[in-house]
Amino acid sequence: MSLTEQIITVLMVVAATSLTRFLSFALFPTPEHTPNFVRYLGKVLPAAVFGFLVVYCLRGVELTGGSHGLPEAAAVAVTAFIQARTHQMLLAIGGGTALYMLLVQLVFR
Amino acid sequence: MSTETTNSTSPSMHPAWRALQTAFPYTMPIFAGFLLIGIAYGVFMNASGFSFIYPALMSLLIFAGSVEFLTVPMLLAPFNPLHAFLVALIVNARHIFYGISMLEKYRGHGLKTPYLIYGMCDESFSINFTAKIPADIDKGWFFFWVTLLNHLYWVGGATVGGLCGSLLTFDTRGLDFVLTAMFVSIFTEQWLLEERHQSSLAGIAISLLCLMLWGPEQYLVPTLLAIFAVFALGRHYFAPARKEPEHVTD
Repeated sequence: MSLTEQIITVLMVVAATSLTRFLSFALFPTPEHTPNFVRYLGKVLPAAVFGFLVVYCLRGVELTGGSHGLPEAAAVAVTAFIQARTHQMLLAIGGGTALYMLLVQLVFR
Repeated sequence: MSTETTNSTSPSMHPAWRALQTAFPYTMPIFAGFLLIGIAYGVFMNASGFSFIYPALMSLLIFAGSVEFLTVPMLLAPFNPLHAFLVALIVNARHIFYGISMLEKYRGHGLKTPYLIYGMCDESFSINFTAKIPADIDKGWFFFWVTLLNHLYWVGGATVGGLCGSLLTFDTRGLDFVLTAMFVSIFTEQWLLEERHQSSLAGIAISLLCLMLWGPEQYLVPTLLAIFAVFALGRHYFAPARKEPEHVTD
């Protein structure tokens, strides 16, 4: 990929990201313009989106071959456990990632 | 920078300065988190063969953690700008709903408003949405500092990671799991905060079902359409128990 193509790729990501952030403000200029259905979606969608993103990150994991998703399962469990116990995002992310790196580098090679 | 909101009963101090003092403590956990993930992102880009200029500029311009990670393999794959646009659109679609939540709060802060919206990442949204801002503190400046500080932490971390990644001699295999861990962490925290789990479970179940049906390359759009359809049709099932006394304005 040439430098120009890289710049275009990054700018596309910037454009799409900005679109998602500015869209609501453009569509609903005042609170009176916001339909109740949209407010409802704003309340229920975030939780589903985070679940969606977890699956999205793990979509490439092969259950039938390789390490059968075992390092991923272990690291996800440890991350969730640390988060639930300490509510420290930094600790949870650091701990889960460290375990995953250890597993893929030393155990499941 | 505009100072259109100098309505405060201003003691000797400028309202911007006082808002900064109030805002900074709120951003401290994000300082730690963004520095770690920012550095990991910079190291990840470095390990993928990019100069530190890339994470520095991408973190500054995109300022959306997950999508920045996802952009790295795109820069190594054949040129496909539409794919880049769609992935960013789909992954960041949740911001549409942050926008809806911030319609009232972010309006009317002059030149700050466009920047507040541009920099509306998960974390800045969360703080600015939930923070109890004292009455004598200018809200516009508070929102502005939270957004700007988080932005700076992220760019700083990514730049440091991109620079020092070249000094790293240890094996970085598996480091990209930090992205997965970030979402597991957010998901877990949301799960513990919510009273009912229908929405979280629907997100996981629909994603998994579509992944099995369409496979990892094709399942994104069907998943989001299905999530939207399920919420649209199952409104009475998913509608959250009325808990917030805030929105009585309609």
